[in-house]
Amino acid sequence: MALLKSLSARKDDLSKPANQLKFLNNGIFREGELPTFKDKIAETGNFPLKPKKLEILQLNLGYMCNQVCSHCHVDAGPDRREIMTKETMLQCLEVIKTTGAHTLDLTGGAPEMNPNFRWFVEEASKAGIKDFIVRSNLTIILANKKYHDLPEFFKKYNVHVASSLPFYKREKTDKQRGSGVFDKSIKALQMLNEVGYAQEGTGLKLDLVYNPAGAFLPTNQKELERDFKVALKEDFNIDFNELFAITNLPISRFLEYLIASENYEDYMYALVDAYNPKAVESVMCTNTISISWDGWLYDCDFNQMLELKVNSKVQHISDYNEDLLNDREIRISQHCYGCTAGSGSSCQGSVT
Amino acid sequence: MSKPYYNAEDLRKFGKITEWNEDLGNKFFDYYGKVFEEGALSAREKSLIALAVSHVVQCPYCIDAYTKDGLERGIEKEEMMEAVHVGAAIKSGATLVHGVQMMNKYEKLSM
Repeated sequence: MALLKSLSARKDDLSKPANQLKFLNNGIFREGELPTFKDKIAETGNFPLKPKKLEILQLNLGYMCNQVCSHCHVDAGPDRREIMTKETMLQCLEVIKTTGAHTLDLTGGAPEMNPNFRWFVEEASKAGIKDFIVRSNLTIILANKKYHDLPEFFKKYNVHVASSLPFYKREKTDKQRGSGVFDKSIKALQMLNEVGYAQEGTGLKLDLVYNPAGAFLPTNQKELERDFKVALKEDFNIDFNELFAITNLPISRFLEYLIASENYEDYMYALVDAYNPKAVESVMCTNTISISWDGWLYDCDFNQMLELKVNSKVQHISDYNEDLLNDREIRISQHCYGCTAGSGSSCQGSVT
Repeated sequence: MSKPYYNAEDLRKFGKITEWNEDLGNKFFDYYGKVFEEGALSAREKSLIALAVSHVVQCPYCIDAYTKDGLERGIEKEEMMEAVHVGAAIKSGATLVHGVQMMNKYEKLSM
């Protein structure tokens, strides 16, 4: 069920990243029942994990969100106050102007709730980044009158919209994301279609992000995309471009759910059983830098939530140096099995 | 506390049957994997058949495995329950159709 408050607001032990890491490193992994991620990737000569060419800069504009989804790895919600300041945004803009990365990816929380979001999008769009993604939860577009014109705004700056939609049916979506979320998401997708998103000849890209609504792994991304396309077209006349299937990683609120529902061990077994060495080679931390609301640098958004800063002399946007950063060793723990299961998982979906 | 005959965690150890007979174990898993590939029937249809059969043969491991497989494939609970009813209908029908044998025998033995 969707929740009312974040772990942080509930002062839950799991709101502290150190406690999550402790949990992930103990039990079945400490007892040797399952191999640690480090031992597993060492079997195929992938330890230490090193970056390849930097392709994606992912900026987390803050943990504030209008939703409190039960699986959220950010522990986002209306009660979170962490928001990127204009000063940090200016530092990010300097990096965006010089980076070799071809993709800029804005995420949150709901990035649109950052008071400087529109200014930042306008400024960042001037840098000529090839692919400019905003991760929208969709319902934000209908949450308040001031957000109703977001589809037009996204269109104006040729933003590539990546939207979360866990399923094409109401029940599963609302269970994970909250009552009424499905209907609002459908309306928001129709609004995006109306301004030209996912319509032939416009070049405006609208992708959907699927993640399982429970303690199971996503199936084949292409099969899911086919099912979503048929169902959304038939039931709501909605078009979208691609579907990204993302595995839920066992951290934050999804970890809380796994423990409370007594699914943790089975889920970790499923991740380890589905380990795919090919996915390790193109896992997203090898081509991404994640920047937090307060300017710290991480290997990925998940490491950001676990407060595992990059293992480099350069750890903050104010000291950004791409060459030095690309020479780092990527920090890993058992949660990384989530990105190497099956076809692999990343913010761009499957990796193999 | 009494120990149950079935332990849900044993499903994780299924692959270990190859340890006591590698040749036959591997042949079984190769065959099993091949059966569930997309073919004239889709993998989704096969998953629903497997779920129905799991109930008919009353295999708790199989029920766990194919409920999860169905969730992963986006199969909905209404579809899963209909599949279980198909299995149940065949099983009850198979019981009931033996009533014809009973009727035949009854008639044969009666004057």
